[in-house]
Parts: sequence; structure tokens; C-alpha cells
Amino acid sequence: MPEGKVMPQHKTTEKQVSRKNMIEAIRDALDVKMAQDDNVVVFGEDVGYFGGVFRATEGLQAKYGKSRCFDAPISELGIIGAAVGMGAYGLRPVPEIQFADYILPAYDQIASEAARLRYRSSGEFIAPITIRTPTGGGIYGGQTHSQSPEALFTHVAGLKTVIPSNPYDAKGLLIASIEDDDPVIFLEPKRLYNGPFDGHHDRPVTPWSEHELGEVPDGHYTVPLGKAAIAREGSDVTILAYGTMVHVAICAAEETGIDAEVIDLRTLLPLDEETIEKSVKKTGRCIVVHEATKTSGFGAELMAIVQELCMYNLEAPIIRVTGWDTPYPHAQEWDYFPGPARVGDALRKVMGE
Amino acid sequence: MNDEKPLSLHVPEPSSRPGDKPDFSHISVPEAGVVRKPEIDCTPASIRDLAYDMVRVMDDNGRAVGDWIPDVDDAFLLKGLTVMLRTRIFDERMFMSQRQGKTSIYVQCRGEEAIACAQRMALSQGDMCFPSYRQQGLLIAQDFPMVDMINQIYSNSKDKLGGRSLPFFYSERDYGFFSISGNLGTQFMQAVGWAMASAIKGDTKVASGWIGDGSTAESDFHSALVFASTYKPPVVLNVVNNQWAISTFQGIASGESANFACRGHGFNIPSIRVDGNDFLAVYAVSKWAIDRARKNLGPTLIEWVTYRAAAHTTSDDPTKYRPADEAEHWPLGDPIERLKTHLIAKGVWDETKHEALTKQIKAEVKAAAKEAESYGTLGKGAVPPVSEMFNHVYKDMPPHLRKQRQELGV
Ligand SMILES: Cc1ncc(C[n+]2csc(CCOP(=O)(O)OP(=O)(O)O)c2C)c(N)n1
Ligand SMILES: [Mg+2]
Repeated sequence: MPEGKVMPQHKTTEKQVSRKNMIEAIRDALDVKMAQDDNVVVFGEDVGYFGGVFRATEGLQAKYGKSRCFDAPISELGIIGAAVGMGAYGLRPVPEIQFADYILPAYDQIASEAARLRYRSSGEFIAPITIRTPTGGGIYGGQTHSQSPEALFTHVAGLKTVIPSNPYDAKGLLIASIEDDDPVIFLEPKRLYNGPFDGHHDRPVTPWSEHELGEVPDGHYTVPLGKAAIAREGSDVTILAYGTMVHVAICAAEETGIDAEVIDLRTLLPLDEETIEKSVKKTGRCIVVHEATKTSGFGAELMAIVQELCMYNLEAPIIRVTGWDTPYPHAQEWDYFPGPARVGDALRKVMGE
Repeated sequence: MNDEKPLSLHVPEPSSRPGDKPDFSHISVPEAGVVRKPEIDCTPASIRDLAYDMVRVMDDNGRAVGDWIPDVDDAFLLKGLTVMLRTRIFDERMFMSQRQGKTSIYVQCRGEEAIACAQRMALSQGDMCFPSYRQQGLLIAQDFPMVDMINQIYSNSKDKLGGRSLPFFYSERDYGFFSISGNLGTQFMQAVGWAMASAIKGDTKVASGWIGDGSTAESDFHSALVFASTYKPPVVLNVVNNQWAISTFQGIASGESANFACRGHGFNIPSIRVDGNDFLAVYAVSKWAIDRARKNLGPTLIEWVTYRAAAHTTSDDPTKYRPADEAEHWPLGDPIERLKTHLIAKGVWDETKHEALTKQIKAEVKAAAKEAESYGTLGKGAVPPVSEMFNHVYKDMPPHLRKQRQELGV
């Protein structure tokens, strides 16, 4: 990791701290909430005995029993529909969808049901559900283990969408999501599970255990929803990013020598417009980076907001760096993935170099 | 006074977990030959028992017994043995290739070879299969060139899918093999739609849909049964019950006590449960269902009882969730061994011939792998052009995509 301007995002307080990768941090958040609140139930495909294909729920069934952590039939519609029913009863379900690519069979239960239950019943029934699901590419997962569907959720009124970029945030945001009374789509960038992957797929990734943000306080803490973090302070240009792209953006700044301020949005909805506005007004330039396809992606929303808030402070047009508008290819993965070289080109372009 | 006791949630558990002694006592295995063979125009109600029983043809000594003995000659059976063996050896080689980094992931069908191979041998040219990712036998049974399969698995310069698709997600229309999807269950409903099209057009072709035990939980399975029961299209609906869906045992999808075949009865679809490791039974029941379909008698649901003897994929370690030696206790044995025993019992085969065949197939597979390797492997040597990524998104590339391709400089 580059030194100097990369911002510490939290102060380690009196609490005990353990080194954790992102999976361990997520498991810890589930553990903390399950211990604290017996309304929290965890279920999904392979999450019970086995502990999930990415092992996020390992040990939870043994600790909390089969009625608090269990395997679900392979029916994403069933999993989310059940969560809506459980939420209506008063539970706080934390279902897992094995890959974000497989969330679509549940889309009706999410977008028409969970998202609108409060509105439809004037708050009589709510859907306090947190749907955890691994997102993004970089593991040669091809069309069906790589997609970034965040815009399908930010487009739906009634949903919150969260995407952490490091273990500290993952735990704090997940606890905050579970405690939130509205449905939250909690996207876990699977390429970050083991370390802060910066897009250089040909180099080994630094494990989280050697990274400051791999220091995770024990016990309960939250990272509030709707608050972005400044992942790297800078003065030349603002990069708006989230998930894996935070680390790619930091890397591009270091490699180009352009003093970019990297904002880790952390929550896409509700969005921390204040932090965005402040940064872009300071730098006068902005690029938006995401791995998802370009057209109608969340980047379009970000560009619109920056334009609304900072039009007269902009010294150059805003640039988007995104995945191409194709399904996620298998063999061409690294030509699809918007890595540090492409972000670097955009940085130079926005600086007029 | 309220004397109601607190409720509790029922969560099914498999009979054994790592460290336990494997236990398949819940699977009752009837004698071979005892299940009757109904007329193909029978009513679903008249064969309800066949959904709870198990059609088996080969007995423990490899003798074929009962009504279901198929009318096939020795050459046909030797061909069946050969394609099953080829499927297994192909899988073993591709497993190794994945370990050597020539591809990203691979799925073996070890233990299930009879099902895809025998059913394909009962289908005709022009019929269309809608497979899951575990029916490579459908291609191999047609002597599909292995080198082309490997080119696709390696995402190399000769991969006809241009590197866009996951390994082993073949698409071979001319071989009656629909493009594989990663999204479980979707193909099952599509098979019904294809069969409806065949009926709409007054054609004579049959569709064959495939789904795993775990994936029957998806809505697509239930939609497929509704449409199949409503329109009675020419479709064979195959449920491959290999007991496991990654770490989840079949009881999570079946509700433990019920099986998968009996689900057809609620839809008034003739449904049969079959020993999926018995090549003769698989061929005979497939043929029965295909004949029904072709005579406009409608769909058949078949549950093939089998066992996933290998890991789910190369990314999976089954010893984490089932006893390591579970496969050895599987009561229906191994499909290749069983057909071999039958052919030896018939006097048309022996160990020496079997060994020679094994050796010959290994050499064929090795040669195919070597040839494919000369066209590149995943990310090494000759690879598909980067520009392939932009092809086939649409028939004609729209301007925005053309611009993106130019931006990438390819
Ligand atoms: C819609 C969807 N959900 C989840 C998955 C992840 N997944 C891939 S294979 C699999 C298990 C399937 O088991 P089964 O249907 O029994 O088929 P088998 O692997 O045993 O052949 C799961 C859960 C997926 N591919 N698609
Ligand atoms: Mg299965």
C-alpha cells in the first residue's frame, strides 16, 4: 500500500483489536449480532453446516443452533420471500445470496415486496432484512460469478445499498445494516475478501493482516450508513469509488503521481452528498469509477449529482471509468476489469495532461 | 388453559457427516427386474407406484432381468461402456488440467456417466437437450470431438465461444446441446418451451430437460411442470438426484421424506424413479419416455437416483461436509463397473479387453489435450482476441459498444 496520504478511516479506541480479513470481519459482525439479538437469523444456500461457499457463516450453526443459522433450498425467491415473512413477524433476517449474479430470481421479492412493504402498509409492516451477497469480478468467474448489480438496487425506492472496501468497514457497516429497520443490500466485493486488491492481478495481494484496515475491534461497533470515507486525501482531482475500485483508484493515484482524493462511498444509498460536494469543490475535478457496466450504471447517478452540486467548480468534464457494456467475459477478464492503467489514463485526461 | 407447546423449526439433516459412518439405509434398493414396464399410453394415475419404486435392470451379478430389458445388441452396449469410460477419463484429465492452471474451474460427473450417455443414445438427431453443467456425457456419447471441448475449457484461440463463456459451458446446437447457463434451473423451463415449439410447428422433435436435485427448489422447476402438464409437449424432464447440491443434501430440496419423481403426480405427469447407475435401466426408461413424447403422449418426469462421487467443482472440498468414504458405501455402485460386469457375464467382454480400452481412451484423451494445448490455455500461449469480448452482445454492434471497443484499442 502507498504511504503518506492514505487516510486512517478509524481510530482504534480502547477496544481490543484483532487482525481479520474481510470474511472474518463479516463473520464477526454476524456473531456479535446473533449473540446480542435472538431475532437475528442467518440462512441461505450452503450457509448452515458448511458455513457458506466463502465461509462467512462458518461456525455460526454450531454456536447458535439450526433454527438461527441454516441451509436453504436453492431458491433465491424463496430465501428472500421467507426473509420478508420473517421480518413481518419481527425477526431480523440476514439471508445470504451465494453470488450477486443469482439474486435475480429474488428480484420481485426484493424490489416489489421488501422495498415497498413499509410504504404499502404505512409502516405497519417492515422488512428489516440485510441481504448479504458477494459481488464483482476478478476471480475468473465468467458471466455468472462476476457481476456488479448495485444499480439494480439503487434504482429501487425503499432499498439501501451498502458496499464495504475493507474489514473494518465491513464489520461496522454490516452491524449497522442489521440494526437498520429498512431492507439493505449488502454487497461484498469478493476480490477483497483476502486483501486490498488494487487491480494488479499479476502480483500477489497484500493480506489484510498486514493492512491497517485489517485491524478490527472486537465486539460491537458500527460504521454509520450514509457516510462516505476519504480513503486517500488529495488536492488535484476527486475519485468517487466503492468496493474493489477504492483500492484500484488509490493505486492509480500513486502510479500516476496525480494527487487524487479518493472517496470511498461505502453506502450508495443513502449517498453522502456532503462529502462528495466538499471534495469536488476543493479539487475542481472528478472521475467516477465502478466495475459494473457503464450505461445506466451508478456512475451516471454520481455524475448527475456532482454536476448538480458542483457545476461551477468543475474545471474539466467528469469522466467515468467502468466495465464495458458487455456480459462479464471469462478469458478477457482483465481487459474488462477497469484496472489502475485505465483509471490512470482518466486521471491524466481530466488533468489535461 | 393453553396447553400448546412452543413450536420449533424443522431443519433436515443428512444421515451422516464427516467423521460418521456413511449411512444410506434410507434408500431402499429393490431387486432388479421387479418393477413392471407400463404401456406408453398409460395414465399417470395407473403408474403412481413407479414414482416411489426404482426401476433396475441389472442384478448384482450383472444379469439383466425383468420387463425393462432394452432391445439392444452387444455392440450398442459396448459403445455405451466406451462412451462412459471416455467421459470419466476425460473428466480426470480436465481435473488435472485445472490443477495445472490450464483453466479456471472444472466440473466432473463421476458416478453419473450412465445417465447422460444412455439417454443421449436413446435420443435422435434433431432432438434438443437442455443440460445443466454436469452432462458432458451428452456430447461424448455422440463422439463429439474432445479437442473442441478442451479448446472451450481452455478458453484458447480455437475456443468457438471466443473465451467469453465459463469453461465447460458448451453450446453445440448441431449436437442437440443447448448453451449451458450458470443460473440454476433456467434450462428446465426452456426445454418445455422448445418442446412446445416442436408441437406448435407440427414437428417430430423431442426436448430433454435436465436439472439437479438441489435445483428443483428453483421456481423454474415448478413452472416447467405446470407448463408441461398444461400443454403436454414432447419433453423428457430429467431430475439427476446425485444426493448433493454442493454441501446441501437432497433432503433440503425434497423435504426429506418425499422423493423427486413423486412431484410429477401432483401435475398429472407420468413419473418414474430409476436406478441412475444402471445403464440398461437408464436407456430403457429414457427410450420409453422419448417414445411417449414422440407419439404426442406428452411429458415424462424421471428421477435418476445416483451419487455425485467427485467434488462439486474443482473449488470444492466435500470432506468438509460429508464422510470422505461416502461414495464407497453408495448402494447403487458405479455405472461403469456395473455395465462392465454385465458384459463380462454375457461373455462379450473381459478384463484384458477392458484394460486395453482404458489404455486406448487415455491415449486419445491425452492426444486431444495436447492438441488443444497447442492452441493455448487460459491466459497462456494463443488466446482469443480481446475484441471477442465485444462480439455477440447484439447481432449488430451498436455505436456505443463500438466506441467502447475503440476506447480499449482492440
Ligand atoms: C440461481 C443460482 N443459484 C445458486 C447457484 C450456485 N450453485 C451452483 S451449483 C449449486 C448446487 C446445485 O446442485 P444440484 O442442482 O443438485 O446439481 P449438482 O451440482 O449436484 O449437479 C449451487 C447452489 C447458481 N449457479 N445459480
Ligand atoms: Mg445434486
